[in-house]
Amino acid sequence: MTSDPNVKPEHEFPIRVLVAKPGLDGHDRGAKVIARALRDAGMEVIYTGLRQTPEMIVNASIQEDVQCIGLSILSGAHNAIVPRLMALLKERSADDILVVLGGTIPAQDIDFLKQQGVAAIFGPGTPLETTVEFIRENVKPRGVPA
Amino acid sequence: MSRSTTEDVLKSPAPSAELVRSPRRLSVAEQQWIDSTLTPALAKSPERPIGADTGTNRNLDGTARFTTISGVPVDRLYTPADLPADWNEHTDKYLGQPGHAPYTRGIHATGYRGKLWTMRQFSGFATPEETNQRYKYLLQQGGSGLSVAFDLPTLMGYDSDHVNSEGEVGKCGVAIDSLEDMEILFSGIDLEKTTVSMTINSPASVLWAMYLVVAEQQGADWKKISGTLQNDILKEYIAQKEYIYPPAPSMRLVIDTFEFGSLFTPRFNPISISGYHIREAGATALQELAFTIYDGVEYVEWAVRRGLDVDDFAPRLSFFFNSHNDFFEEIAKFRASRKIWYRLMTDRFHAKQARSQLMRFHTQTAGVSLTAQQLMNNIARVAIQALAAVLGGTQSLHTDSYDEALALPTEEAARIALRTQQILAYESGVAQTVDPLGGSYFVENLTLKMEQGAFEYFDKLDAMGGMVRAIEQGFPQKELAESSYQYARAVEAKGKIIVGVNDFVVEETPQQILYIDESVRESQTEKLKRLRARRSQADVTRTLKALREAAAREPQAEKGKISGANTMPYILDCVRAYATVGEICEALRDVYGTYEESSWT
Repeated sequence: MTSDPNVKPEHEFPIRVLVAKPGLDGHDRGAKVIARALRDAGMEVIYTGLRQTPEMIVNASIQEDVQCIGLSILSGAHNAIVPRLMALLKERSADDILVVLGGTIPAQDIDFLKQQGVAAIFGPGTPLETTVEFIRENVKPRGVPA
Repeated sequence: MSRSTTEDVLKSPAPSAELVRSPRRLSVAEQQWIDSTLTPALAKSPERPIGADTGTNRNLDGTARFTTISGVPVDRLYTPADLPADWNEHTDKYLGQPGHAPYTRGIHATGYRGKLWTMRQFSGFATPEETNQRYKYLLQQGGSGLSVAFDLPTLMGYDSDHVNSEGEVGKCGVAIDSLEDMEILFSGIDLEKTTVSMTINSPASVLWAMYLVVAEQQGADWKKISGTLQNDILKEYIAQKEYIYPPAPSMRLVIDTFEFGSLFTPRFNPISISGYHIREAGATALQELAFTIYDGVEYVEWAVRRGLDVDDFAPRLSFFFNSHNDFFEEIAKFRASRKIWYRLMTDRFHAKQARSQLMRFHTQTAGVSLTAQQLMNNIARVAIQALAAVLGGTQSLHTDSYDEALALPTEEAARIALRTQQILAYESGVAQTVDPLGGSYFVENLTLKMEQGAFEYFDKLDAMGGMVRAIEQGFPQKELAESSYQYARAVEAKGKIIVGVNDFVVEETPQQILYIDESVRESQTEKLKRLRARRSQADVTRTLKALREAAAREPQAEKGKISGANTMPYILDCVRAYATVGEICEALRDVYGTYEESSWT
């Protein structure tokens, strides 16, 4: 941290989050509720809209310079989508972006997804505040080398 | 038919609900009760909000505020003062009799005494072979109809081997790529005797054509087969978002099925106008009711514009509602829906046949209300929701399985869901009396308010120029996003309690669920490869080309004859040539393009 009084301390920059809905599924209630909850918590939120490929999501994340990607997957396609997305992030040297996942994820898939690099998985019924807090505490600060 | 004549019906127009009294005019007895009993009782023990005291559940004067799950205030007590002043004088107009206009009390004079509701369990997963086994099991267990759940690639018009289908094949429903899969799906099931509902929207005409060809192969008579196609594209734009083409060509495809059905499959419902998904996406009970019925208005308008006679297709329009946790609100919604449709079909569309004026609907319990926590609690929720649907007079019912917040149901969970309906039907006694809550001050007041609220929404939607226009402006989408966020906030603050989620929580271990792996995609891909090698490619190319040409022309109805450009006969030709779902939808994408919504959050 710098002591220069003209430089804003880290916490005064809002956290930037990309909320994304990959796969063919169109059930976007959860994605929209969480987008709004993050925004109400003071974060800057970009919502991608529906049916985004991992390529589109990674591109948008880099262009928008986000610190966190929140994926919403309810269709069961997570085991196909998540590894592709994580590999792309690595390829583009953007794997410092925190990736969290929400939706209906069977218990037996959780270890695999975490090994792939997903930081947290939020199942049905998770309080909004739990997700907000997790993102707040786990995003990499800006301007600090990874 | 024992139904009234048209003249009869027109002579007794249903009064609008604007007659609900305000302010209440209390009877002497009620005033005395307030003074002598209620006031001292409140002084001794004041009312308290259910759930945490969040401030939002207090009135300005500090008294507790009670609301339905939709946030609608509910009073302590309902009495004759909560009904219209002329209620007693005109009960026949407000309520009517069972099987008689305005159908508030149900569409059958004898309720469920002549025939119980159809117990129709929605089911489909993995390969057509596996789903076929589940169907046979459900029928053996006393299910009375089938309801097909398709996987996402099928819903979006992609084959299992398409790149966009990766990870999605067989996950949310059964994978169907061609006529061959449909043959397997219904093998050993007599389609003339079994009613089948199919949850398919954008590619509805393609899957319906496949079904009709399988029926034909079995020797079934198209005039006798019955079932329902969901085919409701408007609610896809509003809520579920599984659309392919833009709204106008999508509406044209729907009207093609109305026209085809009215001529060739008189017992098949070509559409199930669905509030279910609108509710699941976050709507209140009133929004579900209003948007769904107004979708119905939009379809009728488009069909009439095509040149169809309302009485030729309206008798086969069917509806589909959600049944959520708030018991009385749901019952009021169901009862109001029939009266509203009756008013619209008579006043707005001048339908003459009684069959055109009465609303028939299917109900499914609210998937969104099921919790991943303490799964078995869901059995109780489903039972309450199913009871509301029955007391509301539903024609058929799907009860959700307790494990659906996690995955597609296991066989055991699916059986308990069906048993819940059987307990209601055979043990509870509720099926023995027609509309048993009719005349309840509370239920009648809620029913009238639902009706009034729905017509207020209709005025707004009319002013926007109809539902397609409203969707393009994002109106229903924004209404839903707002309601679902308000509800999520209320749950977060514990102003609304969800047992096992934000209160009464316990530590749990993961449950056994139905797990579908990637092998379905492999086996469907293999099957597609063999099919493409076996079929006549020339036939496929020829039939797809003819479909593209028909799809590009504007259909115009002629009395008693199908429009020359109606796509259904062309799709049937493609299906018979074993063109795949993906190929047929691709042909239509070529002509119509695809739709992308602006995203509202």
